[in-house]
Amino acid sequence: MDGKVRVQATINGQPVEFLCEPRQSLLECLRDILGLTGTKEGCSDGNCGACSVLLNGRLVNSCLVLGVEIDGGEVTTVEGLAGPDGLHPLQQAFIDHAALQCGYCTPGMLLAAKALLDRDPDPSEERIRQWLAGNLCRCTGYDRIVRAVQDAARRMRRDADVHAEG
Amino acid sequence: MKPFQYRAPTLLSEALSLLASAGQRARALAGGTDLLVQMRRGLISADLIVDVKKVFELNRLDFDPSDGLTIGAAVPLCRICESPEVARHYPGLVDALSIIGSVAVRSRATVGGNLCNAAPSADSIPALIVHGAICTVASREGTRQVPVARFCTGPGQTVLGPGELLVSVRVPPPRPRAGARYLRFTPRHEMDIAVVGVAAWLELSEGLTTIANARIALGAVAPTPLLAVEAGASLVGRTPSAAAFAEAAALAQRVAAPISDVRGTAAQRRHLVGILTRRALEGALQRARGAEPDGRQG
Amino acid sequence: MSTPRDERKPVTDEPVSLRVIGTRPPLYGAVDKVLGRAVFGADVSLPELLHGKVLRSPHAHARILSVDTRRAEGYPGVHAVVTARDLPEGAGEQFERDNTLAGDKVLYVGHPIAAIAAESPHIAEEALALIDVQYEVLPPVLDVRRAMQADAPLLHETLRTWSLAGQAASPSNVAEHLQHVKGDPEQGFAEADVIVERSFTTTMVHQGYIEPHASTALWHPDGSLTVWTCTQGAFPVREHLSSLLDLPMARIRVVPTEIGGGFGGKASSYVDVVAALLARKAGRPVKVVMGRDEVLKATGPTPGTFIRVRMGARRDGRIVAAEAELCYEAGAYPGSSVGSGADTIFACYDIPNARVDGYDVVVNKPKTSSYRAPGATPAVFAVEQVVDELAERLGIDPLDFRLLNCAREGTRRVSGQPYPRVGFAEVLQAAKAHPHYSAPLGGPNRGRGIAFGYWGNWAGQSCCTISVNADGTVSLLTGSVDVSGALTGIAMQAAEELGLELRQVQARVADTASIGYTDVSAGSRTTFGTGLAAIEAARDVIAQMRARAARLWGVPVETVSYDRVVFTTSVDPTKRLSFRELAAQLSATGGPVMGRGNVDGDVLRRGGAPGLHIADVELDPETGKVTVLRYTAVQDVGRAVHPGNVEGQIKGGVAQGIGWALYEGCFYGEDGQLLNPTLLDNKLPTAMDIPVVEPVIVEVPDPVHPYGVRGAGETPIVPVAGAIANALYRITGRRMERLPMTPAYVLERMGVI
Repeated sequence: MDGKVRVQATINGQPVEFLCEPRQSLLECLRDILGLTGTKEGCSDGNCGACSVLLNGRLVNSCLVLGVEIDGGEVTTVEGLAGPDGLHPLQQAFIDHAALQCGYCTPGMLLAAKALLDRDPDPSEERIRQWLAGNLCRCTGYDRIVRAVQDAARRMRRDADVHAEG
Repeated sequence: MKPFQYRAPTLLSEALSLLASAGQRARALAGGTDLLVQMRRGLISADLIVDVKKVFELNRLDFDPSDGLTIGAAVPLCRICESPEVARHYPGLVDALSIIGSVAVRSRATVGGNLCNAAPSADSIPALIVHGAICTVASREGTRQVPVARFCTGPGQTVLGPGELLVSVRVPPPRPRAGARYLRFTPRHEMDIAVVGVAAWLELSEGLTTIANARIALGAVAPTPLLAVEAGASLVGRTPSAAAFAEAAALAQRVAAPISDVRGTAAQRRHLVGILTRRALEGALQRARGAEPDGRQG
Repeated sequence: MSTPRDERKPVTDEPVSLRVIGTRPPLYGAVDKVLGRAVFGADVSLPELLHGKVLRSPHAHARILSVDTRRAEGYPGVHAVVTARDLPEGAGEQFERDNTLAGDKVLYVGHPIAAIAAESPHIAEEALALIDVQYEVLPPVLDVRRAMQADAPLLHETLRTWSLAGQAASPSNVAEHLQHVKGDPEQGFAEADVIVERSFTTTMVHQGYIEPHASTALWHPDGSLTVWTCTQGAFPVREHLSSLLDLPMARIRVVPTEIGGGFGGKASSYVDVVAALLARKAGRPVKVVMGRDEVLKATGPTPGTFIRVRMGARRDGRIVAAEAELCYEAGAYPGSSVGSGADTIFACYDIPNARVDGYDVVVNKPKTSSYRAPGATPAVFAVEQVVDELAERLGIDPLDFRLLNCAREGTRRVSGQPYPRVGFAEVLQAAKAHPHYSAPLGGPNRGRGIAFGYWGNWAGQSCCTISVNADGTVSLLTGSVDVSGALTGIAMQAAEELGLELRQVQARVADTASIGYTDVSAGSRTTFGTGLAAIEAARDVIAQMRARAARLWGVPVETVSYDRVVFTTSVDPTKRLSFRELAAQLSATGGPVMGRGNVDGDVLRRGGAPGLHIADVELDPETGKVTVLRYTAVQDVGRAVHPGNVEGQIKGGVAQGIGWALYEGCFYGEDGQLLNPTLLDNKLPTAMDIPVVEPVIVEVPDPVHPYGVRGAGETPIVPVAGAIANALYRITGRRMERLPMTPAYVLERMGVI
């Protein structure tokens, strides 16, 4: 045996199975084994957030999780945000508010924002900034990102209300 | 990273067997936010990683009014901070745990990991010390208790021997008329390692007029987090006042042994011990009186 | 819903009737980026791909006695190991070769020595430890002024100082001494009623792009090479590869991927040649991705500096003399930004007598690279505090003092050129009128500071082609890598010129095989310079289409005109064709129409963008912690092609400036080790550290550009440290003579520790 371990997980709603070495991070497994290159590597030590994904509903730095640790778990990456109806409200809001320039921090930022809105549908600016502090952006100065998150939150609350009524 | 084997036992006995058999070549993995980073840098090397996140005893988070709070060593910080009981009874702990790293780090990082990593600047440790927390350590030979104040023996060094595993930390039940506060100084407003951290715990007398008990612990100013014994003792029996706090702060400064490194200078750190001790005592006092301290972090 | 502050209309004194320019369309590539589909450097994948890792020097200064790669070569999973010996003999310049893979010396911790290609990055990394290198460790020199001393250890025995007097006789660490003199500084100082002199030191700072460098190389059976790389300029990378591999340029295709931030740092090539060497030796494609520690240790930050400034003014408020000495760290090889630092240091002011001396000095740190307005931030940090001090000593309001002395059209710079029309005074006036300037501070321990900065824009060489499709849409190709939304800005200029809507223009970045030479996307040149190329290409298209209309109508082409709505002829007013209608007839009238624009914008007189920043900060006097509360950045951008882009550049540049001012730096130990090679300790500002930055766009059109565009993307970083320093002065009464202004430094300046 070459020391590889079989991992079974659900990624972006799809059952997935792959072989990896224990030393391969979740980030590596996503990018190099599963071809999901939307999640980015910025630092590999948990200090920039570019590799953020959701693991079992929690925001994590995928560079600090081993691939073998997600066995039986659920992962959401940026590739899993858009739905059959189109872009996720956060993705649309980021475009509408020019909340990205180079776009490298954007996948991580989107996942972080989603994790926040999953918990708090109406976060204040302060809360958004605190929550996103683990996602570094070198291009935008952050305030358009904050505005995009607030706007997406508004849209999502409105859609939820519509759903509830319908 | 060098290659390693990975096991994720579900039983404590299994975990202990694995650790005992591999000795120094095995490491316990909880959140991985320190371990993986250090393995990537070649500072730690392991042939076997024992993932302890499935072991029941390390995943408990229980509060009991007479036993206090038991935190399993593998419980992620986010779970602890989200617990209404922790927030209600141990806000001084939440001060510390809620500022470690980032949201993503707190989804994985653990108190157990923070303790075993034994960084001089660890945020949770001064807060645990002033709460009088006690570690439960297990091995195949049995279990033993170690006060948190004695758990770290040097930078990156703990009392854990070969085959030993930190299972949980117990924080004594909250006392009426007691309050705690943890503050740290960082240059940025988030994400940084503490340049200095100070935890203070005060228990007031029945009339709320004097200090019945006090503990002050310092982080990032010594090889390990440090209980400033004299500084805390100096407050016992005194009326809380700016002068009393200033004296305690000066005593805390005296016991600090800070170094200069890329994160701060020794002079800066010594100065900050004084400032943060005073502010932490003020915050602890407000909590002891049943109020919330002002938001300033330090 | 009220208009957010930063989306007010720009300040301009000219009526405009533009349809596309000045609007805020979504940017090209944005959808792919939010979907995670955009392909960045490390996202490239090829069949049979191998992974490369670089062995780097652990010493800041050492002779390499031997390199033995045999054990690494034999390691299972390793396919190739390369060293400097694998570079073709005599190819390229010596310093270029040595910084790619070290020759007989290593000059900084992180200096590349060898590289390995293996089945996985892990195997490559393991095998690095099997390369045996013997060193003779030498004393490093790490401080710019120490390096200038006669008895300092020398990095290069062959380096001799170039100056106006020619080349010096004996070796030195000073690669160049430049000097500008205007008027008679001694006479000027003699006339001054007030003189202020101060010295400042600033640390090296890294550009901090979140995406590390990554390069993938593939050799083809015919001996040609394709390299995918995240770069600000594919053509300079091609030149670099051609030079060092001794391969003709046409045999090399460099494909620029999306780029996750560059800010000047990705205008340099680090792993492209290494990837190519490995791929050739291994016979398989190789991808080399730098780790964050490698990026921070071994890629070029901006220089650390020592700057001395002396300025004199008369009682009436006029600056009469100025003098500056700028000593900039070039890193291990010559070529710091001291030249542009020397150029910008007094750029905002009309000073009759001045002298500037600049020194380019090598030290045992990585070779420095550009960082957004290279050389300017430390220079302006220095000058703006001295100017503030002069104003204070003379009892004149700091903005008024700058208005009294600011450069205008025709002012001759210290470095020689007279200014064309540029909005220095307009920017100052807009700042003075802005509510921020007179708003109450609102609390204790708060201060307000201003700073005035300028950055010239370079135009450079650009190519652009526009092909007309039969349905009236056009396909635009440019050699300019898309940074800062420039591709959209370029397409908007083409659309404006063609009279089309933006959605009728599809723009793409071409690789080096598909278009003519185009300079890096840097230097605030892209929207401006490649915009010129796009406009020229558009005009070429129109000229060709006018000829087709003429043929269709049987009239002389001189009678055909296009008003960006319809083609008409003066011969017959009933004849009208829209662009789309004419496009449908191209095959019938002579075949496809393709316009080209290949320009060298630097034949035009250079302009630039001045900016005046206002910063409110709060200081915790017990801890030295600084919080930026409010920030307004007023800037002349000529014409904002896409105001959202320009505002974004301003916000982003200020955010970087705040990091530079308060948190960031590359700190070295005495042995030359970088003490903070992580993003934990190289502290880029987080979302909690940056307030909402309000950009105020002033439009004084640049006369050389058809739409008045100025290169605007770099100026925003320039005044920030100076503005914050001036604000801290208001609170502490102390001038800040060092960057970064860390809490410890602030407390030291205040005498608290």
